[in-house]
Amino acid sequence: MTDMTEDLTPASHSAPDPNSEHGSVFDGLLGGDPSHWAFGTDFEDPLAGVDTTIPDGVDGHDLGVYCLMLADDALIASHRLSEWCSNAPDLEEDIALANISLDLLGQARLLLARAAAADPSLVPSLPAGSPVPPEDALAFFRTDGQFCNARLTETDNGDFAVTVVKALVLATARLALMERLRDSRDAVLAAVAAKAVKELAYHRDYAGRWFLTLARGTQESRRRIDAALRTVWPLYAELFVPHEVETRMAEVGVGVDPAGVADEVAVVLAQVFALSGVETPDIAPMVAVRGLRGRDGSHTEAFSKLLGEMQSVARAHPSGRW
Amino acid sequence: MLTLADLGVLRAVDVDEGDHVTVSITPTYSGCPAMASMRDDLVRTLADEGLTATVKVVLAPAWSSDDITPAGRAALAAHGLSAPGPATRHTGPIALNLMPVRRSLTCPHCGSYAAQLSSEFGPTACTALYRCGACGEPFEHVKEI
Repeated sequence: MTDMTEDLTPASHSAPDPNSEHGSVFDGLLGGDPSHWAFGTDFEDPLAGVDTTIPDGVDGHDLGVYCLMLADDALIASHRLSEWCSNAPDLEEDIALANISLDLLGQARLLLARAAAADPSLVPSLPAGSPVPPEDALAFFRTDGQFCNARLTETDNGDFAVTVVKALVLATARLALMERLRDSRDAVLAAVAAKAVKELAYHRDYAGRWFLTLARGTQESRRRIDAALRTVWPLYAELFVPHEVETRMAEVGVGVDPAGVADEVAVVLAQVFALSGVETPDIAPMVAVRGLRGRDGSHTEAFSKLLGEMQSVARAHPSGRW
Repeated sequence: MLTLADLGVLRAVDVDEGDHVTVSITPTYSGCPAMASMRDDLVRTLADEGLTATVKVVLAPAWSSDDITPAGRAALAAHGLSAPGPATRHTGPIALNLMPVRRSLTCPHCGSYAAQLSSEFGPTACTALYRCGACGEPFEHVKEI
């Protein structure tokens, strides 16, 4: 217990240096070419070289918070889906869910980086000299009340049917939003949206096909999809309740008012339900705690556990290089 | 050889004063994990030629599988990958598609048309998984996007 306690200072996991005078246990693997360590040799800014100038007449703080909302939905949904890795019903679905998770993580990274560029004061402060980039600081060093994802994204995966319903609802709502966001006055948001649209179209079709398959499958799969719909539906309405920041961003031509996509999303889901022989649920929305929802930083108990798992390693090494 | 230019990932190369080059690349998918690898390879390869390089990310216009050149498609096939067909151009809302995906493609190993889709999502973000009904070999198809 003597030496170990001294070694508990956050370690920096830099790539092995083949030029170190002491050498490294990895020397034999390197073959003298450090480019083999493509991952972890350096930080890759997802917006490197992209013009992040804030459009005229747009408040930087509002823009930053708006980007956090879009980013947090993707980040938290991505993390939840990643929990299926090695646990899905079969290998193909395992890979499919991991792919959807990766697409959402990519969207989240770009949006977190855009949030940090729009308003650096949103980024949690870390020890001086910490190499943790702003997007990671936002993902791993904010507390639950600082996250503004819709609560739909944070609830447990449940069984495969619950995951399918959550994925279908989220992809449908996000696709409708991103289709409109392609016309954003913010060039970065417009570019992120244009890319996201292509990805989300695949996600929505994937989830829709599984919804239909489960609903028209066996008695057991039908029972599960019916139960899943009842589980997820209370969190559906919240996706279309605009936060004041979303309203302001829509007014200046940068954001999209989520209330404006509600009808379109309902029509698409009604198509899936009709083909599946399922009634659109008539279930009251989950209450807003003291009028506060996910966008306001009000979250469910499941979210604290998710954050604990997602953030613990990064928080143990606030000066770590990954 | 399959180059970044053939994949449509390389957007611009600007030679600045002296021996400095600015290279612009675009990601295929938002979460493409190969971006760092591509950047490092570019910097290293140019350094071997005596040039310093800055690599910039370009997000717009978003990459499309239509950006892969004919030479790129041939190189994909030579590596056992099925090249993408034309990407759908969307005007207005994207229609829901709950039917099985149908593509006209051939097995890159034996040329058979009897390819069966295993999954729309493959080992990388940009590919779907197929299995050839004739030779039985699995193969990846680069998705239309």
